[in-house]
Amino acid sequence: MTTTNGSNEAIPTLQLLDPQGNRVTTRGTKGYRDRAAALTAEDLRGMYRDMVLTRRFDDEATSLQRQGELALFAPARGQEAAQVGSAHALRPQDYVFPSYREHGVLHVRGLDPVDRLRFFRGSDHGGWNPTEHNTSVYTIVIGAHTLHATGYAMGVQRDGTPHDKNDGTAVITYFGDGATSQGDVNEAMIYAAVNDAPVVFFLQNNQWAISEPTSRQTKIPLYKRGEAFGLPSLRVDGNDVLAVYAATQEALERARTGQGPSFIEAFTYRMGAHTTSDDPTRYRTSEQEEQWRRRDPIDRLAALLRAEGALDADFDAEIKAEGDELGAQLRDGVRALDGGSAVASTFDDVYATPHGVVAAERAWYEAYEAGDPPASQYAIADSAQGGAR
Amino acid sequence: MTTMAERTHTTASASEPASSTRTLSFSKAINEGLRAAMRHDDKVMLMGEDIGPLGGVFRVTDGLQAEFGEQRVVDTPLAESGIVGTAIGLAMRGYRPVCEIQFDGFVFPAFNQITTQLSKIHNRTRGAVQMPVVIRIPYGGGIGGVEHHGESPEALFAHTAGLRVVSPSSPQDAYTMIQEAIASPDPVLFFEPKSRYWGKGPVDLEAPVGTDTLNTAQVIRQGTDVTLVAYGPSVTTAVKTAEALAEEGRSAEVLDLRAISPIDTAAVVASVRKTGRCVVIHEAPVFFGAGAEIAARVTEECFYALEAPVLRVGGFHTPYPVAKHEHEYLPSVDRVLDAVDRAFAH
Repeated sequence: MTTTNGSNEAIPTLQLLDPQGNRVTTRGTKGYRDRAAALTAEDLRGMYRDMVLTRRFDDEATSLQRQGELALFAPARGQEAAQVGSAHALRPQDYVFPSYREHGVLHVRGLDPVDRLRFFRGSDHGGWNPTEHNTSVYTIVIGAHTLHATGYAMGVQRDGTPHDKNDGTAVITYFGDGATSQGDVNEAMIYAAVNDAPVVFFLQNNQWAISEPTSRQTKIPLYKRGEAFGLPSLRVDGNDVLAVYAATQEALERARTGQGPSFIEAFTYRMGAHTTSDDPTRYRTSEQEEQWRRRDPIDRLAALLRAEGALDADFDAEIKAEGDELGAQLRDGVRALDGGSAVASTFDDVYATPHGVVAAERAWYEAYEAGDPPASQYAIADSAQGGAR
Repeated sequence: MTTMAERTHTTASASEPASSTRTLSFSKAINEGLRAAMRHDDKVMLMGEDIGPLGGVFRVTDGLQAEFGEQRVVDTPLAESGIVGTAIGLAMRGYRPVCEIQFDGFVFPAFNQITTQLSKIHNRTRGAVQMPVVIRIPYGGGIGGVEHHGESPEALFAHTAGLRVVSPSSPQDAYTMIQEAIASPDPVLFFEPKSRYWGKGPVDLEAPVGTDTLNTAQVIRQGTDVTLVAYGPSVTTAVKTAEALAEEGRSAEVLDLRAISPIDTAAVVASVRKTGRCVVIHEAPVFFGAGAEIAARVTEECFYALEAPVLRVGGFHTPYPVAKHEHEYLPSVDRVLDAVDRAFAH
């Protein structure tokens, strides 16, 4: 497949599944087609289930925000193939550094769905323990986490983990088209390249950085950014779960076997708003949105499954029931999140070891809340201020 | 928390030299501290620009790459945000990176990683992920440097919760504090007074580690009439001022803060309640500087003991001046004496 990026230049893009759900056979893609062909019908049904449940999570969370139960939500609608396809290529020992919209990735990694909304509820700055699923918490400063991913990968190298396409350890970091303009993302690729760090840079080019189109970030197709740093780089149809899976698996294997970093641009579209606070009607046309609705990644995989006899009414009903259960779990779970005590939430874990300023402020505030604040805010025992001299 | 009044003197010069005591320059003391930490824990690694074969522009890492190899002493790309950002990832994987920022003025490309990431990840993960990262920053003026080679940006970091901000003033403290900074599970901004790098002093290479130097101030010189509060390069200035005051018959106590986050408020208060006067000295601009915080705390806690307002001596609210004029800008013994005179005039 080729697409254009606002210019007349055709951009080579890996596609294994066309928008109608037909498998595509293009010269030079055999390696990727073999990877996709290795997926069983059950594997594909699993991807489909995860994509549908990711969209259900989106819809439920958006509703909860509209009801005032979440402070904010950033929907992933339209990016399910990019997220679920890449996450299915990961292994448990791999480590994920998401930005803040990777609901499909987190779902596949097995994170509790209510935990995934703690941040948006305003009851947590994170929401889960990164060490439990080898998945870092969200990073809100755009692109900053790509350096953490690179450093983590440098640590993997120093640990002397095996170079093996199954048992090796890879790191993947997700970021968007806007993030490619950040210095940190560019520095991360430099550090990864010169160290041969086992990290995959997974760009979801959803074409919009809030209101700014990709043309405000780049003059060239974004996968070429990776190339320029010396990283094997590939542009894939981000709404094609097979192409995303195959490309990611290849890049992860490169990392696991000591062949260094890679860059993948998944060309997709943010079908919804940037967040629940955004209004896309101010900066893009309904025609464009309609054009991308016709390229819906879930419809595409559904068409393939139907054509291959892997999707029937029973399976649809099963996923629907699972989605209903997820919705109920989210509604009950989110409403129950209250952030704990204000004192503990605010003062706990600022430092790992006691810090005099925090300790004194906490003690003073607790006493103030109890109606008995001491004269000293600094935990000085004798509050007589030294007495008159 | 013990107060300074209860604490005994711990400076090497205060006790008989141990057989493990050597005379080392300040920079060599840090070098030996780094070496000791790296021998003690193979997760400790150094990252920075020109720290490998060159040994750093101030030679603080001299010989360490030869001893510990390129995987543990890493010459990084010339990108400070990358140094700190990758150190964060290494810490997540269980390493204890010590980053060298070549000069004070070059820390700002890393400012975002330090203040929005390094300082907050422990809190963001509810304590699940610790950030044992040390950022060494040669700082302060007096060496005739060009622009961005003489600045004192420590207050900018002290204003961010989650970071510890310390500055040693002697070779012994430099040796001990760098090891305690590396052992800390919290991120530590380690400000090294570059004007003191070449000054020598006794260092006990077997001095205990774990003495809480990152949290506690130290009385360098006992006195009764005025407290001179300083840290890093200004401690020497304070001691020289105290010597000059002694000739005038005035007794100055010199308190070396060692840390400005946290501030050992109890130690400052104990001293000022005794002396009744307080002058704070630092090279950083006094406007919104550490001295302002100390003045506020002293005023609240020592109000009835004070004979005079708390006074500050430090840099002006200007860009750090050109090398030709930096000695007029830096807090000198004369300017501290002037402040002490003003304190006694009340």
